[in-house]
Amino acid sequence: MKVAVLQFPGSNCDQDALKALRDDVGVDADYVWHNDGSLNGFDAVFVPGGFSYGDYLRCGAMASRSAIMQETIRFAKEGRPVIGACNGFQILTESGLLPGALLKNERQKFICKDVMLEAVNRTSIWTAAVDRTISLPIAHGEGRYVIDADGLKRIQDQEQIAFRYVSNPNGSVDDIAGVVNEAGNVLGLMPHPERATKELLGGNDGLLILKALSLVNA
Amino acid sequence: MPRVRVYVTLKPALLDSAGRTVTSSLQHLGFDEVSDVRIGKLIHLDVEKVEESRIKEMCQKLLANPVIEDFSYEVVG
Repeated sequence: MKVAVLQFPGSNCDQDALKALRDDVGVDADYVWHNDGSLNGFDAVFVPGGFSYGDYLRCGAMASRSAIMQETIRFAKEGRPVIGACNGFQILTESGLLPGALLKNERQKFICKDVMLEAVNRTSIWTAAVDRTISLPIAHGEGRYVIDADGLKRIQDQEQIAFRYVSNPNGSVDDIAGVVNEAGNVLGLMPHPERATKELLGGNDGLLILKALSLVNA
Repeated sequence: MPRVRVYVTLKPALLDSAGRTVTSSLQHLGFDEVSDVRIGKLIHLDVEKVEESRIKEMCQKLLANPVIEDFSYEVVG
C-alpha cells in the first residue's frame, strides 16, 4: 500500500500528512507534484490542506483543474481510495468528485480549535472504524458546507454524510463536516485527521479514519 | 481587442457572510438606507474574438462554480 500525497503550490499540510501516514498509520507514502507527477504505482491519494494556488478565484478552484487532479478523478472512478482534508476537501468538491461546496464561515472568523465529530454512516471504508465520537482539529476560514435542498436529500438518502459536528462551528448545512461520494471510496472533510495521529499531538483519533488505508488491499 | 466583463455572484439563497459584515459596517457609518449587501466578482477578459458559446464555457468550467454561483457577462469595447 502506497499513498500519494499531492502537492500544489500553497499546500501546507503535505508534510504533516506524509509523516502521519509513514510513522503513525504505517503505510508507504510519497509526494506527487501537481503538474508533472503521476499516480502510477500508488494505491491511494491524500489531498492535503493549505491554500493551493493562493485559493485564487475560489478555494481549491485552480488546483481542481490541475493535471494531477484529472488523474485523481480517473483514479477515484476506478474505486480507489481518495481522501481530502480541509483545502483537500475544497479541491474534491471543486473537481466534482464530491457534492456540494465550501463557503466562508458563517461568522467571518478563521476557526482553529478541536471539534467533536460523530460518524454518521459507517458503511464507507473511512468511517467503518469510527465507533465513537472523535475529536479532531479544524483550521479554516471557508468551511461552511453548502448544498441545495435536493442535493442534501440525495446525500442523506444515499448515506453520503460521513461526519457531523457535534457542535456546528461554521454554519455548515445539517452540521456536515465530511461527505463521501456515492461509491464511498472518496472522503472529504474539513477537520484534519493527519494532525491527530499520536498523543504527542494532543490525540490520535485521526487514526480511526486513516487506518482505513492500511487495510486496503494494494 | 474586445473586452468581456464577467460577473460572478453567490446564489441568492446562500448566506453571503462577508456581505452581511459590510452591511452592518455601512449601517454603522450612518447609511441606514442599506438593508443588504452582496459581494461578487467582476472578471475582465480581453479576447481576440467574442464567441459567446466559448465565454459561457469558460464561466461554467472555471470562472464560476455552478453549485454556489450565478454568472452573467457583457461585451464591452
